[in-house]
Amino acid sequence: MIPLSWFLILAAALFCIGLYGVLARKNAIGILMGVELMLNAVNINLLAFWRYRTPAETAGPAFVVIVFAVAAAEVAVGLALIISAYRRRNTVIADEIDLLKG
Amino acid sequence: MTLLQLFFLFVSAVILGSAVMVVSTRKMLHAAFWLILALFGVAVIFVLLQASFFAVVQVVIYIGAIAILILFAVMLTRRVMADVGPQVIRAWWLAGIAAALLCAVLVWLLSSWNGFTASLPPLPQRGDPIAELGQALVSPNAFALPFEVASVLLLAALVGAIYIAWERKGK
Amino acid sequence: MSIATLIWLIPLPPLLAFGLIALFTHRSKGLSHTLGVGAALLSWLASMLVIWRAVRLPDLGQNPITSAVDWFPTANNWFKIGIQVDPLTVVTLFFVAWTIAMIFIYSVGYHNYGQPVGENDRPGLQPHGATVTDAHGHTHRVPSVEPLYSRFFAFLSLFAFGMYFLVVSDNLLSLYIGWEIMGLCSYLLIGFWYAKESARNAAIKAFITTRVGDMFMLLGIVYLYSVTGTLNYRALFADPQMLARLAQAPSYIPGLSVAGMSGLLLFIGTVGKSAQWPLHVWLPDAMEGPTPVSAMIHAATMVSAGVYLVVRIFPLVSAGWAESGAITPAMSVIGFIGAFTALFAATIALGQNDIKRVLAYSTISQLGYMIAALGVGAYAAAAFHLVTHAFFKALLFLGSGSVIHGMEHGVLHTGEHIDPQDMYNMGGLRKKMPVTFWTFLIGGLALSGFPLVTAGFWSKDAILTGAFQGGHWIAFTALALAALLTAFYTMRQIALTFLGEPRTQAAAHAVESRPSMVLPLVVLAFFAVTLGWLGIPREFPIIGGALPDFFENFLHGMAYAVPEIEAAGSLIPLFTSLVVALGGLYLGWLVYRRVAPGAADPLAAPLGVVYTVIRRKYYFDEAYDFLFVRPSRWLAETFTAAWMDRGVIDGALHAIARAFVWIGGALRRGFDIPVVNRGFESVGQGARLLGGELRQVQTGRVQQYMITALLVALVFGLLFYYFFVLA
Repeated sequence: MIPLSWFLILAAALFCIGLYGVLARKNAIGILMGVELMLNAVNINLLAFWRYRTPAETAGPAFVVIVFAVAAAEVAVGLALIISAYRRRNTVIADEIDLLKG
Repeated sequence: MTLLQLFFLFVSAVILGSAVMVVSTRKMLHAAFWLILALFGVAVIFVLLQASFFAVVQVVIYIGAIAILILFAVMLTRRVMADVGPQVIRAWWLAGIAAALLCAVLVWLLSSWNGFTASLPPLPQRGDPIAELGQALVSPNAFALPFEVASVLLLAALVGAIYIAWERKGK
Repeated sequence: MSIATLIWLIPLPPLLAFGLIALFTHRSKGLSHTLGVGAALLSWLASMLVIWRAVRLPDLGQNPITSAVDWFPTANNWFKIGIQVDPLTVVTLFFVAWTIAMIFIYSVGYHNYGQPVGENDRPGLQPHGATVTDAHGHTHRVPSVEPLYSRFFAFLSLFAFGMYFLVVSDNLLSLYIGWEIMGLCSYLLIGFWYAKESARNAAIKAFITTRVGDMFMLLGIVYLYSVTGTLNYRALFADPQMLARLAQAPSYIPGLSVAGMSGLLLFIGTVGKSAQWPLHVWLPDAMEGPTPVSAMIHAATMVSAGVYLVVRIFPLVSAGWAESGAITPAMSVIGFIGAFTALFAATIALGQNDIKRVLAYSTISQLGYMIAALGVGAYAAAAFHLVTHAFFKALLFLGSGSVIHGMEHGVLHTGEHIDPQDMYNMGGLRKKMPVTFWTFLIGGLALSGFPLVTAGFWSKDAILTGAFQGGHWIAFTALALAALLTAFYTMRQIALTFLGEPRTQAAAHAVESRPSMVLPLVVLAFFAVTLGWLGIPREFPIIGGALPDFFENFLHGMAYAVPEIEAAGSLIPLFTSLVVALGGLYLGWLVYRRVAPGAADPLAAPLGVVYTVIRRKYYFDEAYDFLFVRPSRWLAETFTAAWMDRGVIDGALHAIARAFVWIGGALRRGFDIPVVNRGFESVGQGARLLGGELRQVQTGRVQQYMITALLVALVFGLLFYYFFVLA
């Protein structure tokens, strides 16, 4: 019997690793991969709560479906942006896109 | 420690290990592959949670589409990325601290919640869960609206992605 | 219209004329003189109507025509201003109206109305003549019109207003107002040709000298008011109880009663205004003004106002005379000054060569006569002489103006550079200017007191009789001597001017003056002859009593308290006046009938240094200059202007200013720049430095922003949790 806490701790850890990737990775695609990890952690959380708290409802799984769709859309658009930026500036290093520098 | 628990621990270790490799490896291609492994691990967790449908969806969509897309992008931008030098920014230690701190805070917050150590309730006796999910998604009393919005979002993402990545002729 | 209303209106036309000319018509010469002359004639008409009605009223002296209105509020009642017509007013109004009207008409011709404008004439200078070219191309110079023609009539009208106002008023305050208005106009008119320095100086001299007198007069008015609480004539001079009270109350000067002291103070005003010694110095210099001004101010009206005042206040100065029989101290002072001035001025007149100066000193002398008459108590004689003198002196002045015009014509014709007013440049003018000659002769004879047919004889005789009957031998002798000298210098004047042969080319080419100038001479000459017949005294041999002594009877209606004098019936005064008049005339004719051109005065050699002293007017002008004018100048220019004003006051102001400037500078250097400026600058610099440091936060790197955001959110969340959730 796996207590809920295990799932939650797993999801938290995965989330934070993904967060680290977002914050620390140089490569833009690496950042995107960190985002995917975070989204997966969210999914784990959602399903864990659904299974342990309200297994009779369909709200949990429905939300997960939406997250899947959003993740897909976001990856598509993100990669399109990266490729477009790469074409213009010949780089994918996030650090070098610092037009907002003050 | 039951077998199930051991299995869970093993899968968690795989997931977390490959996640760490994703965010720390130098070569992007390796990072993409490690990502695929992590996604597989998450699919297994979904099975453990008796959401088998989602395990399949995870494999098909995440690994089959998203990860492949990422691979494409990595390969398309390989020329400029010589994969040399450190792959993290200079303030990576600060990010690490922040992330660790967040994790600790989350865990600690959740631990003070009394449902934290709840055990598995039995599955309800019901019919086809997939069909129920499908009906919930299109039922106006349930989640039809988010469903429709998500589809619009997909459409917008589709159009937007094409538009952004469109290479102008003669430019 | 009631007679009182008519009296109120008498001073009005000249005032209106002044206002209208000054404001509206001064550009048009014709319009201005029409207004002036018209106003003078209107007032003359009103005066004649008033006189006509007033002489018919019985007991005019006891019941004069009065009317008053409230003027300004005093403590618990009103100070009233009004009119009063009694016998003295009637006779004064008579000569004032006639002389003013005649002088206005004369001024039209005197200022050459209708003549062309001179090419070198400037406003403020006497006209110098214009050059005209006739049909044949001959150019000759003719008299030119006065540039400031309208201004003259404006001032003259204002002056006329002042005199009329003074004459009809019923209290000392409005008399003083009219007095001062005339003083102002005198200044303005003496200095009429203001571009000439001597005229300006003469105007100031006249004003300041009369001001000295006026100051004391004001003191007298104030003193009288403070003692009695009124300035009304009837309340002061017609009330026996009031006079008795004033005569007994002691004043600040021991030996003088309130009546005496206030009377003397008021008299000092007359000393100034009527140019008595010692304030006589302004009148001869006042001849700088145009001749109508000299006639008006210094013969007919302004100086007469001084005598009018003394006659008016006669009850005050003579208070106590009737009871004690001896003349009061005030009367003695008045008498002394009058007699002294009469003799003193007559001697100076002997040595003057300017035709107008002789007349000026003659005026001073004759006024002394009148003042002396008042000093001995013969107020009716004084008033009589006042009236007759106004006519013949105005006649003489206007005649001299005509002579000067004739001489100027000659000067323009011949181009000689001589003084047209110097009698030694004249001569033989009786042939060239006959009407002027005969009228001037009549005036001169009247002045000398030629018996029977001239008014001056009757009035002068009245004065001498008054002095004799009062037993004042010194005054009588002085006045007789003065009469002798008067006749002498008058004949001298006539002989030098009209008799003999012309001494210069200009005199040979003189012409008679225009009708507008000659007509007033004739009119005045008529009065100079006939007016005396209104005052034939009863005691006069043969004809006395045939005609009543209208004048004396009329004026005695004033009912001034005089002691009873036995009518001595002595013929000594009459005899004396005959001798001095005829003798003086004959002597003058003898000495001066044949004076050659360029010759010196026949009196110069015999009199020697005395002649020089007389000519230099006893050096009074020089003495006053040394005693009063120079110290005043020093006080004004050096002490007040240089030392006090520039030195002390300006010095203090400059020191204060410098102190403030220094304080300002010190504040700037010590506080403003280091503290305020640097302080704010450092605030700005600090902000800039801080900004420079803080901008490094904006790296443009999104990941750094996110890390920061996450950390801050965590911190906030923990804090929130600690303080709100765990509380």
